[in-house]
Amino acid sequence: MSEKEWPLWEVFIRSKQGLDHRHAGSLHAVDAKQAVQMARDVYTRRMEGVSIWVVPSDAITASDPDDKAELFDPMADKVYRHPTFYKLPKEVEHM
Amino acid sequence: MYTQAMDIPGGPKAVAAATPEEAARNSAFDARIAADLKIEPRDVMPEAYRKTLVRQISQHAHSEVVGMLPEGNWITRAPSLKRKAILLAKVQDEGGHGLYLYAAAETLGTSRDQMVDALLAGRAKYSSIFNYPTLTWADMGAIGWLVDGAAIMNQIPLCRCSYGPYARAMIRICKEESFHQRQGFDIMLSLCKGTAAQKEMAQDALNRWWWPVVQMFGPPDKDSVHSGQSAAWGIKRISNDDLRQKFIDATVPQAELLGITIPDPGLKWNEERGHYDYGAIDWDEFWRVVNGDGPCNRERLATRIEAHAEGAWVREAATAYAEKAAARELAGKRAA
Ligand SMILES: [Fe+2]
Ligand SMILES: [Fe+2]
Repeated sequence: MSEKEWPLWEVFIRSKQGLDHRHAGSLHAVDAKQAVQMARDVYTRRMEGVSIWVVPSDAITASDPDDKAELFDPMADKVYRHPTFYKLPKEVEHM
Repeated sequence: MYTQAMDIPGGPKAVAAATPEEAARNSAFDARIAADLKIEPRDVMPEAYRKTLVRQISQHAHSEVVGMLPEGNWITRAPSLKRKAILLAKVQDEGGHGLYLYAAAETLGTSRDQMVDALLAGRAKYSSIFNYPTLTWADMGAIGWLVDGAAIMNQIPLCRCSYGPYARAMIRICKEESFHQRQGFDIMLSLCKGTAAQKEMAQDALNRWWWPVVQMFGPPDKDSVHSGQSAAWGIKRISNDDLRQKFIDATVPQAELLGITIPDPGLKWNEERGHYDYGAIDWDEFWRVVNGDGPCNRERLATRIEAHAEGAWVREAATAYAEKAAARELAGKRAA
């Protein structure tokens, strides 16, 4: 095939006003404008969204899965960062 | 099913690790699979697992895309505007399913063009069911009710597949599928409540589609070559025969409700098993269709090739336009 493949885009959809955009999937499109149009056709056919972001897939920098332990394990023993770590006296009802 | 060609010989085989590092990586992978954790695109995975998924997901995608053709055949001839709008929406969904799946396969390092090339060159398989013709409007009912119904049975366990992007695509697809089955059943219901001729049309569609649909689940477990490995990898959760039985058990009462007869004299409730027994399946026909000699294999492929070729100028024009626009924007920035 001599044709050039269209670049890949990642699609993020805000499902409802007030919520975050969430990754919905990806698609091929020639440019950002076309990517938005296609994302509308592919990912919002049942009113799944009120706003669309598209990002060229190759613009995303991801953490390396091999670094998972190094990056995330140090948080495993810091339970005191969660409110449930603290025992409150019975008399304190809401805090 | 949509990936029934996974059950024929010739797929990638798991091979022993060549180096200690590879063995260590493989055992990390095995541990994740054993713990029922998902595998994500950049995680280490054995080459055979990757290849198996590329094969399966791309076959699945091709089935969705080729699957638009039998129903596309009736869009312009739908009996009412309502039915036309519904069929159009259903066929559009199938195109979307193809896209989700191609995108999932692309995360494994293959490209869209490579997959489309393989389909158009006849190297890739798609489901045998789409090589049957759609002769009457009742076929739109039978396809939605039976083919999409069978697809749902197969796709629900795939939502728990070990490969994250495939599982997520399946969740999205399953959400859309149940409308497909219901609109098909609704067509059958209308026909069965209609005139004698309409009911006869529904019966004829059931007669023609029943066996191909039962075959859709793929060869019996004893002849299914890759099932063991796929099950171990968490790709295939339920066997062909179990899914087929589940489908038949669910469908018999629906046919009774419609008042039409499933064309299998061997079909009868087995109290002891708690399942319906069914007659012998013509596996010769199945293999004939899988290997290219079904009623519509040539026509389907020729239609895809033609559609792809006729769309070439659109793809080229869009690329040229985007390049021009980007160049213009760059020139504007330089001038400013
Ligand atoms: Fe589908
Ligand atoms: Fe469907």
